[in-house]
Amino acid sequence: MTDTFQLDGATVSFEPCQTVMQAALTAGRYIPHLCYHPEFKPHGSCKLCTIKVGGRTLSACTMPAEAGLQAESNIEELNALRRTLLQMLLVEGNHFCPSCEASGNCQLQATAYELQVMTPHFNQFFPDRPLDGSHPDILLDFNRCILCELCVRASCEMDGKNVFALAGRGITKHLIVNAESGMLRDTDIALEDKAMHVCPVGVILKKGVGFSVPIGARRYDQRPVGAQALDDAPRPAISGSCDACEGKS
Amino acid sequence: MVDTRFALYPPYGTDIPNMNDKNGNLETAAHPENLRRVAIDPVSRVEGHGKVTLLLDENDRVHQVRLHIVEFRGFEKFVQGRPYWEAPVMVQRLCGICPVSHHIAASKAMDMIVGATLTPTAEKVRRLMHYGQILQSHALHFFHLSSPDLLFGFDSDVARRNIAGIAAAYPEVAKRGVLLRKFGQEVIRITAGKRIHGTGSIPGGVNKNVSTEERDYLLKDIEQMIAWSRDALVLVRQLFEQNLDLYNNFGRFKTHTLNLVREDGALDLYHGGLRARDMDGNTLFDHYDSRHYWDVIFEDVKPWSYMKFPFLRSLGPERGWYRVGPLSRVTQCDFIPTPLANQARKAFMAFAGGSVAGATMGFHWARMIEMLHAAELIQELLHDPDLQGNDLVSKGQRQERGVGVIEAPRGTLIHHYKVDEHDQIVRCNLIVSTTHNNQAMNEAIRQVARQYLDGRKLTEGLLNHIEVAIRAFDPCLSCATHALGKMPLQVELLDVEGGVLSTLARSADGAFS
Ligand code: SF4
Ligand code: FES
Repeated sequence: MTDTFQLDGATVSFEPCQTVMQAALTAGRYIPHLCYHPEFKPHGSCKLCTIKVGGRTLSACTMPAEAGLQAESNIEELNALRRTLLQMLLVEGNHFCPSCEASGNCQLQATAYELQVMTPHFNQFFPDRPLDGSHPDILLDFNRCILCELCVRASCEMDGKNVFALAGRGITKHLIVNAESGMLRDTDIALEDKAMHVCPVGVILKKGVGFSVPIGARRYDQRPVGAQALDDAPRPAISGSCDACEGKS
Repeated sequence: MVDTRFALYPPYGTDIPNMNDKNGNLETAAHPENLRRVAIDPVSRVEGHGKVTLLLDENDRVHQVRLHIVEFRGFEKFVQGRPYWEAPVMVQRLCGICPVSHHIAASKAMDMIVGATLTPTAEKVRRLMHYGQILQSHALHFFHLSSPDLLFGFDSDVARRNIAGIAAAYPEVAKRGVLLRKFGQEVIRITAGKRIHGTGSIPGGVNKNVSTEERDYLLKDIEQMIAWSRDALVLVRQLFEQNLDLYNNFGRFKTHTLNLVREDGALDLYHGGLRARDMDGNTLFDHYDSRHYWDVIFEDVKPWSYMKFPFLRSLGPERGWYRVGPLSRVTQCDFIPTPLANQARKAFMAFAGGSVAGATMGFHWARMIEMLHAAELIQELLHDPDLQGNDLVSKGQRQERGVGVIEAPRGTLIHHYKVDEHDQIVRCNLIVSTTHNNQAMNEAIRQVARQYLDGRKLTEGLLNHIEVAIRAFDPCLSCATHALGKMPLQVELLDVEGGVLSTLARSADGAFS
């Protein structure tokens, strides 16, 4: 049996244990997001998925779907806040799209296009963090990290390797490599690892690939991020259980 | 061990040879303290910010003339630490005017880094991209930037000495300029993915071929482009016939030359060995392996300019400066390997007893010969089935050092990188075309100052003579404002203490105040 809630005036049905984000995407309704990924537990850190329920703001990726909920997402008030969040992310790192090899495959860039971010608005931070090119096959450009922890989650939950972590707090928070030397060559990361394929920006790079995919054939050249997120949504609706309700059903 | 291949000559901090001239070459005045300083300061919107300073005495006699260009040194620092495969795309940002040239020169350097020998498809797609760039750049320069000087006169009414004036008086010329340029940009878009900041050329090859649809799309206009390029040559010739004395003598100076030539001595804009000839036509070196350019070229620094002054080692820093670009290439190659351009070259070399080949204004003619050559080559390549090949990238033995040299629209362009075992760039040296021509441009404007300014009150028209001479070289700074007569200029007459005596300013809309 499925219940329903209201999202921007439309009826969305959901399965037990689904979040608002999961139910919305499954129902073909895009809610902008960066740290949410269909294959990982929700994280709730980027706040791009912020929705309004009864005057309160909540993260759609962590909010369990509830019958009768009245949620707003695609409204100018929230989209303006989302644009500001994106602008802050864009200036905090070195996101120079014309010379970035992730351009066209970058979820941050694609989401900024989707939400029509026209200017950086804030002053650039211009971080100057040294790159880690120590691994023979993989290069890390820390200057683009948006701290979504997807690589941390992927390495830990799927690869069982724990290669990445976040260190520091607040403005000094940054990505580190879990090795005594701090260098990627001293980890057991491999090209096939899930952690190699989840970074929404251009931090974790396979060496030598660079710009080998021509303009026009890159991921977001084909279809905008909103449409692709709907394609990637778990469908048919996930049945069964999650950790939280294990044993209840 | 010190790596001399990256050393400056002479090293920073050592004494620079005294350049005070004793033979009136106007580089450095004997007694600057008694002279008025005049600065022509075109504030440009892109990297190439140029400024001319003149020192005049109370009788308006010229004692010193210098062209200063703020060079792109910052980039060589900026690229350090970046992965090598990023360079061909990133370097395009250092010049908004000919990004494709940097894209290709850096790719050639990275071919060496990855030990690649290009596949036929990769080399031909790159060449096509390069010829598209030559075509669009030369069209832009001739039709948009220079034709107002040439068709209206150097000191014609400033209000119409611009592209809008050309469009009104010679609509067909203006239209062809626009469409030739557009065609070149379409070639770039198809090969590089975008008109500017494309990504088509990558270390070891290219990321796409040219589909048959893309080929056919370009083929339908190519005949027209060749015909218009031929017409442009007729126009240039007429201009020379009508103004032979002026064009032949304007800013004329003797110079050594440097350019790439193919193994058989043919003009080749994409690849070849270095050829240098002295001002009397004697060959200094030929087919020199450009990957070891530092053995024959060195860079001098002068206290008054940010830009370095490259020179031919065998002649030394004072005498060894040279000129690069279309005029050097067309006059110094043995022949041009496309029939129409070769015919045009012969006519050019024979014109007026061969004298135009040594004239600064000969640049314009040579540029149009190259535009025709580029159009012919584009046609030739479009009929080559290798463009549709799928073998795009190759790799070999990884190297530490990569040097890429091409003939960019403005002249020889050198990119040189050192990449460490982590695949990160540790050093970079670039010698861009405008830098090669630094001293040569200074010579040309000194000559113009002698010929036209010396002893006369400065006017806008005289000022433009200096610009006309600089513009003949098509340095980045002249294109930076994208429209002739729109370059904001400010000239100040200062007394010895630096007090402003009078000013002459031209705003971006061409108005004088
Ligand atoms: S490296 Fe990429 S995946 Fe990892 S935290 Fe940073 S942005 Fe997220
Ligand atoms: S997607 Fe919900 S907080 Fe990031």
